[in-house]
Amino acid sequence: MTPAATAPSAAPLLDVRGLGMRFSVKGGPFDRLLGRPRREVAAVDGVDLSVAAGETLGLIGESGCGKSTLARAILRLHEPTVGKVTFDGTDVTALGRDELTALRRRMQIVFQDPYASLNPRKSVEQIIALPLRVHGLAKGRAARDRVVETMEAVGLRSAWLSRYPHQFSGGQRQRIGIARALVLNPDFVVCDEPVSALDVSVQAQIIDLLAKLKRELGLTYLFISHDLAVIGHVSDRLAVMYLGSVVETGPTRAVLARPRHPYTQALLSAVPRVEGGGAARIRLAGDLPSPLDPPSGCRFHTRCPLAMPRCKTERPVLRPLGDGTSAACHLTETA
Amino acid sequence: MIETAPETLLSIKELRTCFPTRAGLVTAVDGVSLDVRAGECLGVVGESGSGKSVTFSSVIGLVRRPGYIAGGSVTFRGRELTALSPAELRAVRGREIAMTMQDALTALNPALTIEEQIVEVLLAHAVDLPRAGRKAEARRRAVDMLRLVGIASPETRIGDYPHQFSGGMRQRIMIAIALACRPMLLIADEPTTALDVTIQAQVLELIADLRRQLGMSVVLITHDLGVVAEYADRLAVMYAGQVVETGPTRAVLDSPRHPYTRGLLGSIPRLSDLDAPIRPIEGQAPELVSAGEGCRFASRCPMAVGACYARIDLVDVGPGRAARCIRALETAA
Amino acid sequence: MSAIPASPALRAAGPASPGRLGLQTFLANRMSLASAVIVLLILAAAVAAPLVAPHDPNETDLLRRLQPPAWLEGGEWSYLFGCDALGRDILSRIVFGARVSIFIGVAVVALATAIGIALGLAAGYLRGWTDIAISRVVDVLLGFPYLIFAIALMAMMGPGLQNIVLALVYKEWVIPCRVVRGETLAMRQTEFVEAARAVGATRGRIMFGEILPNILSPVIVVATIRMAHVIILEASLSFLGLGVQPPTASWGSMVADGRAFILDAWWVSTFPGLAILVLVLAINVASQGLRDAFDPKIND
Ligand SMILES: Nc1ncnc2c1ncn2[C@@H]1O[C@H](COP(=O)(O)OP(=O)(O)OP(=O)(O)O)[C@@H](O)[C@H]1O
Ligand SMILES: Nc1ncnc2c1ncn2[C@@H]1O[C@H](COP(=O)(O)OP(=O)(O)OP(=O)(O)O)[C@@H](O)[C@H]1O
Ligand SMILES: [Mg+2]
Ligand SMILES: [Mg+2]
Repeated sequence: MTPAATAPSAAPLLDVRGLGMRFSVKGGPFDRLLGRPRREVAAVDGVDLSVAAGETLGLIGESGCGKSTLARAILRLHEPTVGKVTFDGTDVTALGRDELTALRRRMQIVFQDPYASLNPRKSVEQIIALPLRVHGLAKGRAARDRVVETMEAVGLRSAWLSRYPHQFSGGQRQRIGIARALVLNPDFVVCDEPVSALDVSVQAQIIDLLAKLKRELGLTYLFISHDLAVIGHVSDRLAVMYLGSVVETGPTRAVLARPRHPYTQALLSAVPRVEGGGAARIRLAGDLPSPLDPPSGCRFHTRCPLAMPRCKTERPVLRPLGDGTSAACHLTETA
Repeated sequence: MIETAPETLLSIKELRTCFPTRAGLVTAVDGVSLDVRAGECLGVVGESGSGKSVTFSSVIGLVRRPGYIAGGSVTFRGRELTALSPAELRAVRGREIAMTMQDALTALNPALTIEEQIVEVLLAHAVDLPRAGRKAEARRRAVDMLRLVGIASPETRIGDYPHQFSGGMRQRIMIAIALACRPMLLIADEPTTALDVTIQAQVLELIADLRRQLGMSVVLITHDLGVVAEYADRLAVMYAGQVVETGPTRAVLDSPRHPYTRGLLGSIPRLSDLDAPIRPIEGQAPELVSAGEGCRFASRCPMAVGACYARIDLVDVGPGRAARCIRALETAA
Repeated sequence: MSAIPASPALRAAGPASPGRLGLQTFLANRMSLASAVIVLLILAAAVAAPLVAPHDPNETDLLRRLQPPAWLEGGEWSYLFGCDALGRDILSRIVFGARVSIFIGVAVVALATAIGIALGLAAGYLRGWTDIAISRVVDVLLGFPYLIFAIALMAMMGPGLQNIVLALVYKEWVIPCRVVRGETLAMRQTEFVEAARAVGATRGRIMFGEILPNILSPVIVVATIRMAHVIILEASLSFLGLGVQPPTASWGSMVADGRAFILDAWWVSTFPGLAILVLVLAINVASQGLRDAFDPKIND
């Protein structure tokens, strides 16, 4: 588990430019009575990211800040509103349906919710074999062997082949989801909180497994998690999101050792520690801002303990700070 | 609501819950005994699939068929819950005990707006709503609850459907529904797995506030030992359908007596030391169909001896502490 | 493992697939079980009509014209329910008439459900123009009163078994279609559907392979309820003389035949009428049981 070992190669495997995703939500009954227009949630707002082959990019951020939406837009499970996604030289956003299907063999996702993401009417075998059947890769015995092999790799018993999802605990279901993503031997896997439903010992096993696959197969991950310690262990680089945009990125260790953005600082201080105590928690004041009408200027200024008058009016952009990190905060200019 | 001798609110005795499957009878919960005292927060941690969720679903009478409670008793404020009729149980469930389910999305009805779902619960269970304008008051309270759990612009978003919220938001909505009726006992099944640490802190602080104000008791089922360390007064560690260790949280975390607890603590990735390897416990939890009399952790235990394969009970290992390990006292040092 | 299962039936249950659970609930409901048995008995009688019926349903015997049922004066035990105006055995005609009712009920509902599933899935999953087009047709068809619509069609196409089926299917598919569309709309948002898209599954596979198995229970429940309606509709059409043509026995035309003698020979209309009542009621009660057993929203 030494992430630094894999040096990122020149051309990134995945490159995301100016990606934006809006959902329209209908307002309350009053809004409709008053004839107010439909409102829009800017769930993802102008995100730039790149992930080199063999690299793990960790993505953290407030709940509801758009991490899952970003992941879905990258895989085109949602059609992004604006922006461009390039995967291994192909413009994913411009692909037709058949080309996209072919590409899906190489890009997979482990979903956040282990309950909703498994079809309740399908047995474990059917669920894990689906990608094989869709791409016509294996049938009958061969398919079953591959399914069993994958199940064993993620720590599921092959005796459970014919069980249904509701017969498993949350953590066991999550492993079914991981097996489904890995059965095709993809190049790039989005892991949307793949271990948050697991107990720490199974979590450690899965992290080990993902790291092993990365070493052996050269897998590339976009790894979303709330657990900073997990992210710290698995990712080479880190991106921190707040309200739809990336506010800080950089090599994991650099960011964790010296967070520049006040939001990242608050996150780090809020991690509960087994040893007890820990650093004094930075309490974020104020209500969560709504993506329905995001604050002016810096989106974090309503809750930022260090906000200045300028933050209300002027939106900071991501600027490089040397040592490979960048942050979107006015304070970093003066420092 | 600080009492000198806290009474026992919920008492689980030798609970057994089974699921018939093709491979045989799965005893998902096998002789679990736990107490929850008034006003306390009991943390429950353990292997994934060790029966944490099933134990507490059994408590509130929501074991999924074809599962059934095969033995044991559950008393809540002196009442035997396993003997209640479904209607009586429903009344207890909404008003006195609330449970937030681990599967937040599936527990919310996809066809109804959040408003309809919270208001329905409030109208059914909240006793203190004024007679006039019940609906409006229930709605107001629902909006308040959503704001408390950190949903931005709750007045607008209350009209949305579950799929329009992020995973973490759905989880908070579940908590809002559970807390809306001010239960005496909250069973929170992994309430914060999908939340980032700042909101996790906010939600847990909210629960802690309600504990203080209303004397509510909490059962906190979680995988996050850090959360347990911070919020739980006592801790129960489960493994393969059994409680393997209980005791005051700090004591258990500082000097675990069961090798499984020790293994768990060793598997935590620590932010303070990113180079420290994570050490998963080798092997897998046993198949519950064939679990025998002996220690269920023995096959993975670094200190197993022959005697471990005979029947093992919980033994006292200190003030208020117990562990299901014959070598627990040796490791006390 | 010394557990004593709550009931032996549960223990033998084997794998707990969702369908299996529903079946257990259904079997535990005595009323619906009894109704299902009645439906099956009628079905068996219809299939084995030549063996079950005591007489040839079309054999006329003017000496037995309007002969009363066996237990009344002038009745005979070999003509249990008496005879009609042409001296045909009413019981035998009811047994053969069941074939018509059940055939039309099954054929119409099966066809309508197949069409409804296909169009409902397409409308609910593909959305867009497909949905608008299908939903418009559904709205328009719903605007017509059912019986009048069927009468008009029958008048155009002429009578006959095949035409009755067609005339009823023309409108009947709308009902499963609406149910399927609604359920599909809820399903298309779920993560497991998204997961299937993420692995590259085609739209057809997602609709029929992933979504359909999850919405089958409500569709089956609706189909059984509709079966009872269709049987009544067929009887109505036959009653009006637009249905199955004489001499083929059909419950609706039998009731119609007896109208003229309702005061002197009540049995001619009453027994086929009772047959309709019993079959429709049994189907309804059985389907209620099915709904309770398979609708997850009712299961606690
Ligand atoms: N289908 C939808 N319709 C309307 N709004 C949506 C939809 N899906 C997501 N959103 C909104 O977009 C925002 C971002 O959601 P997203 O699921 O990406 O968050 P997230 O960062 O993954 O959060 P979490 O950590 O809680 O999973 C939220 O405000 C959510 O309500
Ligand atoms: N319907 C069922 N049929 C068969 N086995 C079941 C069923 N439901 C649960 N189980 C089994 O019961 C055991 C306990 O499940 P439970 O959901 O309580 O685990 P848990 O401790 O909550 O795990 P997690 O932390 O992963 O949520 C698991 O091994 C599971 O496979
Ligand atoms: Mg998410
Ligand atoms: Mg659980």
